[in-house]
Amino acid sequence: MMNREHVDVSGKSDPSSAVPDQEYPGDVLRLIARGFGQLLMTLGVLLLLLCVYDLWWTNVESARTIATVRSQILADWARPIPGPDPANTSDPGSEPQGFAQPDYGSGFALLYIPRMRDKVWGLPILEGTSKAILAQGAGHYRTTAMVGAIGNFAIAAHRSTHNEPFAHIDDLRVGDKVFVQTRDTWYVYTLREDNPNLSPLDVWVIDPVPGQVGAVPKKRLLTMTTCTPRYGSTGRWAWWGELVATRSASQGPPPGVSVTT
Amino acid sequence: MYAWFWRTLPGRWPGKLLATLAALGVVIAILFVVVFPWLEPKLPFNDVTVDEPIYVVTPTPAPSLS
Repeated sequence: MMNREHVDVSGKSDPSSAVPDQEYPGDVLRLIARGFGQLLMTLGVLLLLLCVYDLWWTNVESARTIATVRSQILADWARPIPGPDPANTSDPGSEPQGFAQPDYGSGFALLYIPRMRDKVWGLPILEGTSKAILAQGAGHYRTTAMVGAIGNFAIAAHRSTHNEPFAHIDDLRVGDKVFVQTRDTWYVYTLREDNPNLSPLDVWVIDPVPGQVGAVPKKRLLTMTTCTPRYGSTGRWAWWGELVATRSASQGPPPGVSVTT
Repeated sequence: MYAWFWRTLPGRWPGKLLATLAALGVVIAILFVVVFPWLEPKLPFNDVTVDEPIYVVTPTPAPSLS
C-alpha cells in the first residue's frame, strides 16, 4: 500500500529481498487470489454454520415451540367452548364426530404414537402444512378430511430438523396404534400399510381413497407423510391407517395412552 | 480481508483477539436469528409433504366460478 514509489524491476525479479510492505505488479494478482481464497473459505464456514443451525438449533427451537403450542392447546380445551353449547345443538344429520375445519395455522389436536413415544407424545397437529406450521408440530393437509371423518385425515411432519417428530418412522410396524386427541374425543387408528418409496409428486397418497382417483370414500383413514431418506427430500414415506375406535374425552385416555398432564 | 481487519483493529493483540471474538459472536448471532431462519424454509432439504412442489410458494387460489 505504502512505498508505492519503491516498486521497480529489480524488486520484481528477486522477491526474496523484498521489503514486506513493498508492492509489485504481481502483488495485485496475489491480493486477488488471496481474497478469493478467503472468500471461498468464508463460504465454507457459512455452510457449516448453516448445517449446525439446521441439524441442531432448529431442533432446540422447535422443541420449545412445540411445548408452548401443546400447552396452548390444552389451555384452550380447558376453557368452555364459546358460542352455542354443542351439547344442546342436536343435528341428527351431522357426523357423530363432526369437526369444523380449524383456522389455518391453529392447533386443534394432539398426536400420540407409542412406537415413536420419544418424539410423538402429545405432538400438536396444526391446520396447514407450511414450513412455519411444521416447525410447531405436525401439519394437517387442508384439502383432506378432518380427524375421525369419513375420508382421509392426512398429516405431515419433519423427519429431520425442527425437532424431527417423525425421525423414527422406520420403526413403525403394521398394526401399530396411533392416537389423536381432540377437545372432546380420542381417535384410535391402526396402521395398515406403508410405502417408503414415494415421490413428492405422488399427491394421490392423501386422496380420500388413496390410489383410486375420484372414488367415494367409505372408510375413515389416516395418512402420515414425511421425507425419505431422512436427511434428504428426494422421496416421501407414507403410512396409512384406519380408525378403529373413538372414545369421549370425558372417559379419559384410551388403553395404551397414559397422559401425564 | 482478514489481515486488513486485524491491522485495522487498534491496540495490542489481546485486545484485538477479544474484539475479533466479539465480532464473530455478533455475526453468528445475526446468522442464527435473522439470516438462517429466513433462508432455511427456502431450501429443499426437509420437505415432507406431497402436495407442495418446492418451487410453489403460495398456492394459486381456485378461480371463482360464480
